Amino acid sequence: MRLTQGTFSFLPDLSDAQIRAQVDYCLGKGWAVSVEYTTDPHPRNTYWEMYGMPLFDLRDAAGVMDVIDSCRQAYPEAYVKVNAFDASHGWESLRLSFLVNRPANEPGFHLVRSEEKGRNLRYTTMSYAVTGARS
Amino acid sequence: MSEAAARLDAATGSSELLDLDGLYRQSNVDTALAALEGELVGLIPVKTRVREIAALLLVEKLRRSIGLEADPPPLHMSFTGNPGTGKTTVAMRMAAILHGLGYVRKGHLVAVTRDDLVGEYIGHTAPKTREVIKRAMGGVLFIDEAYYLYRPENERDYGQESIEILLQAMENHRDDLVVIFAGYANRMQTFFGSNPGLASRVAHHIDFPDYTDDELFAIAERLAAGMQYELSASARAALHEYIALRRAQPNFANARSIRNALDRARLRQANRLFAERAAGITREALVTLEGVDLRASRVFQARSVTP
Repeated sequence: MRLTQGTFSFLPDLSDAQIRAQVDYCLGKGWAVSVEYTTDPHPRNTYWEMYGMPLFDLRDAAGVMDVIDSCRQAYPEAYVKVNAFDASHGWESLRLSFLVNRPANEPGFHLVRSEEKGRNLRYTTMSYAVTGARS
Repeated sequence: MSEAAARLDAATGSSELLDLDGLYRQSNVDTALAALEGELVGLIPVKTRVREIAALLLVEKLRRSIGLEADPPPLHMSFTGNPGTGKTTVAMRMAAILHGLGYVRKGHLVAVTRDDLVGEYIGHTAPKTREVIKRAMGGVLFIDEAYYLYRPENERDYGQESIEILLQAMENHRDDLVVIFAGYANRMQTFFGSNPGLASRVAHHIDFPDYTDDELFAIAERLAAGMQYELSASARAALHEYIALRRAQPNFANARSIRNALDRARLRQANRLFAERAAGITREALVTLEGVDLRASRVFQARSVTP
């Protein structure tokens, strides 16, 4: 199952040149770009691992591309995303976040039913990548 | 006809005229060169070298535009000269020139010293240096007093690690980064001598000569005009004497010493005006630096004590 998450999620995967152009746009706006990765792509999982510190004071995308490449090499089977944080007053939040790497095999999610009191059913989604059940 | 020449002929038609002048005007390099020429006093050898480099890069760009292939020209430089001879200023202009010619994408200057590159404990240096390199990408990395990176007397010094990472970046990111090493001439020589890998990657060595007394006076006039001050006749005479005296004293830093002297003269002028405030102050008095403002300097006192 192809994961769709973040900006550009319904487009085909961005090429390196397109990623560079996006990062250049972010840096031009003065946003701090950071790279994060995870093996648990649940949509509610907001705590991805940081790959290095956020990159402050950059002027050119080359530095970010460097970090993206080394993250992809270190974790080829993880999801990797690029975040752009706007620190300006009134925003102080992420302005852009998109995937730049996905594993070759994306197992997707399964549904867990749990029976509650009074014949109620509760549903939750779990990533196969976390439970390791199916591939 | 050789094979390469035949290829060239096929590619362009060898007699066709190419518009070097058009490329020059469109690249905005002339404004950067004019700024270099107009804003900086003296420094003739430096200006000549910068012009030569700009011409080389421009011709290289023209060659590439008609499909002639050559490795991109090496751009890493070393600026040597005494303090206050304008190394940082020229580096800034250089960044603008390289940007105008499209050799660096953003054209900003990141000025660092040893403190910004070398860490305090094991494992701290590499990320620190890499971060600085990332910041400088797309622009020019200016390493002031670069020889402090290498301390042969301490074999456990982290500077060497920083140099190795720099070398790697200069090699792998040739399109992203231009590095300028700066410092005093003789110490830079030992630095390059003990780091042959670094020396062989630095293509352009530019030496910054000391300013003459007349050039320093011209610089002082420009600085004063820039701060909207005027020098009275007595101040001019005092300044001429000041320059000659200051040069003989230790820690003379060329244009920087002159700037400091003017800053202190402003301070004394303000004090003087404040003391005379009861009499009322004219606009002229407000913009004029007098001889007494300069002559109160320690530099003159030293002379009166010594003989």
